Amino acid sequence: MTPASIMTFNILSILPILILSGFGMIVLFVDIFSSRRWREKNLLAYVSLLGVILAAIFARSSTGTTLFSFNETFTIDNYSLFFNFIFLLSTGLTILISHSYIRREEINHGEYYALILFSTIGMMLMAAGADLLNIYIGLEVMSVSIYILTGFKRSKLISNEASLKYFLLGAFATGFLLYGISLIYGSTGTINLKQVAGFIASKGGISDPVLLMGMGLIIVGLGFKVASVPFHTWVPDVYEGAPTAITAFMSVGPKAAGFAAFLRIFMTAFGSTHGEWQKIISILAILTMTTGNVIAIAQTNIKRMLAYSSIAHAGYLLIALVAANNIGVPGTLFYLLAYTFMNIGAFAIVIVLSRKGDECIQINDYAGLGFKHPFLAIAMTLFMLSMAGVPPMAGFVGKFYIFSAAIKSGYIGLAIIGVINSVISVYYYLRITVIMYMKEPAREFTPLTISPLIVAAIVISMVGTLHLGIFPSKVMEIAQQATLILK
Amino acid sequence: MPILSLITFLPVIGVFFILSMDSRRGELIRITTLLVSIVVFVLSLPLYFNFDPRGHEMQFVEKLPWIPSFGIHYHVGIDGISLFLILLTTFITPIAILASWHITKHLKEYMIAMLVLETGMIGVFISLDLFLFYVFWELMLIPMYLLIGIWGGPRRIYAAIKFFIYTMSGSVFMLLAIIALYFLNHRATGEYTFNLLEFYRLELSFAVQFWLFLAFAFAFAIKVPMFPFHTWLPDAHVEAPTAGSVILAGVLLKMGTYGFVRFCLPLFPAASHVFIPVVSWMAIVGIIYGALVSMVQDDLKKLVAYSSVSHLGFVMLGIFAFNIQGIEGGITQMINHGLSTGALFLVVGMLYERRHTRMIADFGGLTKRMPVFATLFLIVTLSSIGLPGLNGFVGEFLILLGAFKSRILYASIATSGIILAAVYMLWMFQRVMFHEIIHEENKTLKDINKREFAILLPLVLIIFWIGIYPNSFLRKMDASVNHLLKQAGGEVQTASHLQTQNVPVTPQIDIVSETETAW
Repeated sequence: MTPASIMTFNILSILPILILSGFGMIVLFVDIFSSRRWREKNLLAYVSLLGVILAAIFARSSTGTTLFSFNETFTIDNYSLFFNFIFLLSTGLTILISHSYIRREEINHGEYYALILFSTIGMMLMAAGADLLNIYIGLEVMSVSIYILTGFKRSKLISNEASLKYFLLGAFATGFLLYGISLIYGSTGTINLKQVAGFIASKGGISDPVLLMGMGLIIVGLGFKVASVPFHTWVPDVYEGAPTAITAFMSVGPKAAGFAAFLRIFMTAFGSTHGEWQKIISILAILTMTTGNVIAIAQTNIKRMLAYSSIAHAGYLLIALVAANNIGVPGTLFYLLAYTFMNIGAFAIVIVLSRKGDECIQINDYAGLGFKHPFLAIAMTLFMLSMAGVPPMAGFVGKFYIFSAAIKSGYIGLAIIGVINSVISVYYYLRITVIMYMKEPAREFTPLTISPLIVAAIVISMVGTLHLGIFPSKVMEIAQQATLILK
Repeated sequence: MPILSLITFLPVIGVFFILSMDSRRGELIRITTLLVSIVVFVLSLPLYFNFDPRGHEMQFVEKLPWIPSFGIHYHVGIDGISLFLILLTTFITPIAILASWHITKHLKEYMIAMLVLETGMIGVFISLDLFLFYVFWELMLIPMYLLIGIWGGPRRIYAAIKFFIYTMSGSVFMLLAIIALYFLNHRATGEYTFNLLEFYRLELSFAVQFWLFLAFAFAFAIKVPMFPFHTWLPDAHVEAPTAGSVILAGVLLKMGTYGFVRFCLPLFPAASHVFIPVVSWMAIVGIIYGALVSMVQDDLKKLVAYSSVSHLGFVMLGIFAFNIQGIEGGITQMINHGLSTGALFLVVGMLYERRHTRMIADFGGLTKRMPVFATLFLIVTLSSIGLPGLNGFVGEFLILLGAFKSRILYASIATSGIILAAVYMLWMFQRVMFHEIIHEENKTLKDINKREFAILLPLVLIIFWIGIYPNSFLRKMDASVNHLLKQAGGEVQTASHLQTQNVPVTPQIDIVSETETAW
């Protein structure tokens, strides 16, 4: 712990982050110096995509090793790599679905892409954080970028409102998180997760109420980021107000990052005290699933419906956290990957169907889509059925792993509540298909501006959803490998 | 040759052909779909001829790893029980497609849904891996849901959602039970697998059996549907297009009863025995209730729909008689119900296409205008009632024989259902076909055309075949059913033994023990 050792770092471990930071700045420069014509041609989108792809290639090169940097506060292992892949995938898909949208909404500024890349860096820091402070810094980098992105439609009141709400509530939540970290530090004298675990082991459990309170406050802080009830109140308004592409992004990336931190902290630092927190998390899981699903039924606006559905999915994921076994933890990773595909896919359809000034976000506006635009409707049906957990889609396999985990650890009641919730969710997911296929069109869909990039995003999401549903084996094995490190 | 996979996935290959076709070329799409389904039927015939009736082992088995890290395999195979349900599926599907000739609205999508449905249905009957089974079980829901919801009647959306949610609510509990079996098997053998044949070897404690039986039975009871879980059925049947109703009645409902035979009885024998009274009474209430409600219907399709509740009550009663007559009767009756009720829905569909009404009061005296139709309709009606010489008699007779052997009380009450069936069916037939023609519109009705004749004729031929020479079907299932009883019947002695201690002087006990000594 000498001051000199702070500089020891392995260049390979932080290379993806460096690349993304570099490309974030390149995007800003290109934005200033390129002519208007080039910007119209989506130059910035391609530059950022290049950055994401390069980062993914370099991240992949360190598979199978464990690298530490910055005095062991930052670790690249299979676990953080798996999450990095989820983050880069969601960033890449977001960029694909963004460019036509932001051009239409006239918010085509270089900062947009740069901020997306910076928030990805935050997520990668969170997943790689081996100590609490590093996780906190990652969370802040991620959040601040997304606060700005949420308010990116500067001229729209609803967007500003969303941004401000997200910022204020988010600031509180990070405050809780930081307070929790400081309490843990006060009690154990360390912020390193392994050392916290060692401290707890040496005491034979959590006897210190200060430490227990610190743990509780961390649940609050991270619970806010993953949108778990009762820390979910921001979700519907923010999802509705944010630019749709950003809504897609933040329903996937930050949620995955939140769970990355959740799992790492609770499996590594508090793994031995499972009994202390499993009860509270299971209550959160039940509340989250049920609230999300029940309120989603009443929504008429598709963005709000997807917001509540995203809350519900956080609930299922919390079940896996409660189970905390060798199916549940990799199951979470698998589920988050599946969720990335199906959720961004669904938002891509929402974007395609919206027009400038007319967001087309009432569910009833989808009437008649089924036979007017069969491709879009089939894609949407696929995503909805996947979210509802119908085989052979990815969402089913994800839920299968989660409920298996719950049953394996003996949480039968939790599994039963989970499946009941899944039936409730069928109702509102199915309603989308009902409206698309079984109602007469209420309005004209043509002309739709369907750019090749967004089609690429939809196709990638469809292939991902089906592939993970039919051949989940390989990915699950990788996820199982990845989570070995947490024990 | 992987014949089972071939017949299962051939319809999906057909889907790709149809996808590439221009949606305006309706005739081409119709004929391609029909051809695909006929080829599937022809390919499924070797299953019958090459099936070895002597062994109870699964035949035509294929096994490939699918998700090896979880011990999930693509594992398929058939025995004497699933054989006939597969044949029923491949037989009914071309007929249903032929009965959809008049569909013009979104024809391409309709035919795709039919073919995907066929894959799902066959998949359910051949799966020997419970995970695979669940995947097919759910997969089949989507096309059926779309068939009802897009091509159905006025209240189609309500019916489609109700159908989907009812089935799904049952099946998620089954999913949990499947996962529980998976871990219980691991605890017992140390092996992670979803292989049904491995699960058969498990010896579960009674409490575990009890809960798992409930979870499985809930899913299947909704599907059958047993009273009081039947309320989705009339809605789905009435709103579905003719072909949808035919497949729903013909095959989908059989998945519930098949589930009881394939999973509940052999996996949880002790619990199954404990539930005999519950299931039997639910079946009996279904028989009587279904018949009484049928009697008062004004709508032909609703009448047939409620008669299904009654008929499937018989099937369940037979299965839970726990003897060879009862179970073979139950399986035969599954096939019979598929044929007769399928045919009845087709007949109703033909009337509906001519008159655009299904109200009994709108018809009357049709025999004079449509003599060929009347003959076929009468045969189908009588087969549904269970007239000797036709298929329905064989199934019902065996079921009641089995039921009388095990529980006289149940059998005597259930028999009244047959009388009621005769009442509502014959009364319906009389009101629709006999008397004078009252309505002007009925005077110009045309008799059935060649296509319609081609739809009904194969059904009628099979109806006679099963009725006259049922042995060609029954002997193929003997070994499998005997094996099933061995799996499920190990507990018969203890169950009846317990009962002897509790109620020593009821006459039925002797009959039970007689059954025991008989084989």
